[in-house]
Amino acid sequence: MTAKEALLNYCLRLGDSSLILGQRMSEWCSNGPILEEDIAMTNIALDLFGQARTMLTYAGEIEEKGKTEDDFAYKRNEREFYNSLLSERPNGHFGDTIARNFLQSAYFFHLYTTLSSSKDDMISAHAVKSLKEVTYHLRHSAEWLVRLGDGTAESHEKVQISLDDLWEFTGDLFEMNEVDELLIKEGIAVDLNEIKKEWIKTVDQVLERATLKKPENGYMQTGRLNAIHSEYLGHLIAEMQFLPRAYPDAKW
Amino acid sequence: MNYQEKYTENQILEFLSEIPDPEIPVITITELGIVRNVELTDKKVIITITPTYTGCPAMKLFEDEIIKKLHEKGMNTIEIKLVYSPAWTTNWMTNKAKEKLTAYGIAPPISGTQDKGVLFSSGVKKVICPRCKSQNTILKSQFGSTACKAFYQCNDCLEPFDYFKCI
Repeated sequence: MTAKEALLNYCLRLGDSSLILGQRMSEWCSNGPILEEDIAMTNIALDLFGQARTMLTYAGEIEEKGKTEDDFAYKRNEREFYNSLLSERPNGHFGDTIARNFLQSAYFFHLYTTLSSSKDDMISAHAVKSLKEVTYHLRHSAEWLVRLGDGTAESHEKVQISLDDLWEFTGDLFEMNEVDELLIKEGIAVDLNEIKKEWIKTVDQVLERATLKKPENGYMQTGRLNAIHSEYLGHLIAEMQFLPRAYPDAKW
Repeated sequence: MNYQEKYTENQILEFLSEIPDPEIPVITITELGIVRNVELTDKKVIITITPTYTGCPAMKLFEDEIIKKLHEKGMNTIEIKLVYSPAWTTNWMTNKAKEKLTAYGIAPPISGTQDKGVLFSSGVKKVICPRCKSQNTILKSQFGSTACKAFYQCNDCLEPFDYFKCI
């Protein structure tokens, strides 16, 4: 694997997790439990799409085959996406969405904090910029997690089940392979073992406040690095890609 | 046409400061701080801009408006460059722009640490109601009518209002 191939893959990973989580959040449009939350969740979707655009555009420049952000978003198949398994989990009920977003946003927060000093100028600029946005996303989901966890007996029970169900997909966030190894040496990528330490601290802090129990570490489902996904991604991208696939020459 | 002979960079900036923000028409795109650089070569004008938020849907409109404005002023070859670093911050917003925001009914960003705490915003400064100037206001949602605004309500005059988030 060349440094260029590694960098391309790394950018797709960053872009894809934002893109897929953004698509999930956009599914809440007009379906939010209250108007403010409808607006909040679609605002978050917009931020995530913006972050995805930056990285997918950059991926096109690295690859040098003339691909645009749209080519990456709309013309790849399931086995070519490198998003986290967590980001593709279905929205479920509001508590499921909040728990998923909290776990993923806390990851983005610590990842971008560290990537802000990446030696790749584009990645560091992207990280500094995105960090400002994911800080809001993290606070949004963390505050809701406390409200639900420390809320009624029913909301507590429901969101505890959400967390328990999602936990097995958190190990996937921290998996690394030769791409990471190569780019860490170059000072471009970060060691996800270090991110995990910070992530756990944030998770512990919020769960304690939310009176929720951290799930036991059991079997962890992984696949992100090899673009192996759950059954949910195919349906998600089918919906996301329908229009540009049906009308490939359409201009916006 | 030789652009360097015909125009100065300050002149171009003045042209650009005639363009209102599409979503908050009382302030201009230069007051907002998204125009980062103007460069004149003999053959073209290069305008460097930066997004407020990565997903800001107004970016394409900013580009179109800049090109339209410079066309009106007689320039035809315009290049727009998009940069992400340094990342846009509300600190770039001029005081004049902040006054205009208040008059328009949007609480301007409070310089300093407001909203920068990561978790559980405790001890944050109070946002002042742009209508009745009361400090007795409450955050309703971190996310408002556009990506750059939060949603507040005044407990005294009871009016809801937008707050331009500090980033």
